[in-house]
Amino acid sequence: MSDAAHSPEAIRKHIKTYIAVFIALGVLTVVTVAVSYLHLPLWKAVAVALFVASVKGGLVAAYFMHLISEQKIVTYLLYLTLFFFVFLLIVPFLAQYVA
Amino acid sequence: MTELIRYITKPHPVSGVTNSKLGIWLFLISEIMLFGGLFSAYVVLRAGDPEWPHGFTHLNVPLATVNTLVLITSSVTMVMAWASLAMNQFNNFRKHMALTILLSLAFLAVKAFEYGAKFQHGHYPSTDLFYGIYFTLTGLHALHILGGVVVNTYLLFPGSKLWKENPEQFTGRVEAAGLYWHFVDLVWIFLFPTLYLL
Repeated sequence: MSDAAHSPEAIRKHIKTYIAVFIALGVLTVVTVAVSYLHLPLWKAVAVALFVASVKGGLVAAYFMHLISEQKIVTYLLYLTLFFFVFLLIVPFLAQYVA
Repeated sequence: MTELIRYITKPHPVSGVTNSKLGIWLFLISEIMLFGGLFSAYVVLRAGDPEWPHGFTHLNVPLATVNTLVLITSSVTMVMAWASLAMNQFNNFRKHMALTILLSLAFLAVKAFEYGAKFQHGHYPSTDLFYGIYFTLTGLHALHILGGVVVNTYLLFPGSKLWKENPEQFTGRVEAAGLYWHFVDLVWIFLFPTLYLL
């Protein structure tokens, strides 16, 4: 974050955002638990659970971890990591396909 | 004072961030790959077993839901602890940091209760693949919580002396500890549905 983003006025604005994110995270937690009680077919349940978790994770990363206003070097490093992370999750399927 | 490590309070002219922040992010990146490997293992195990049970038939969903809310709340108090320092309110920092530590301990207490209930019913990491990966993932995550408690307790008590000496550096340390803490929260946000709800 830049120095301007650290001024007390800017921080006070941030705090309002933190509270809004907090409420959103709470609501999404209740939503994902409620959906699990519907006992959807597995692939639908996975899709909903991962979608909600991704939104929650995105909110935490963007606002609590300040990625929304972070320097490019950090976001670029994370894009690179994301690529390897996704690759790591796809590897098992590739292995099955080859086998 | 001679600076042993440079650019720990001022951003490095090349990267635009302090070396401390770059350092904590590189550490978190290695952590992403650590948990990524274990998530990948979970996918392999689950995909390879058509009889794999739904998490909710084995695990206590209401308890884990409460724990999820506890951890999310601790993330908010952690970011408020940093924001308090950024606004020059040291007393508010102490309140929020103390609250963060208490919530972390509450999370660990619930986790210990869950583990205790599993052990009582004779479910151990060696019981089957489900419990094997469940205890591995949640155990590693609980160790991360414990590590966060240690660092945050240091920052609340002896480490906070730095505030008078070098407030910028202290605020940076709390920010770095916060980034770690939000990461641990983020891991749980994915662990909870994966293990309990699917």
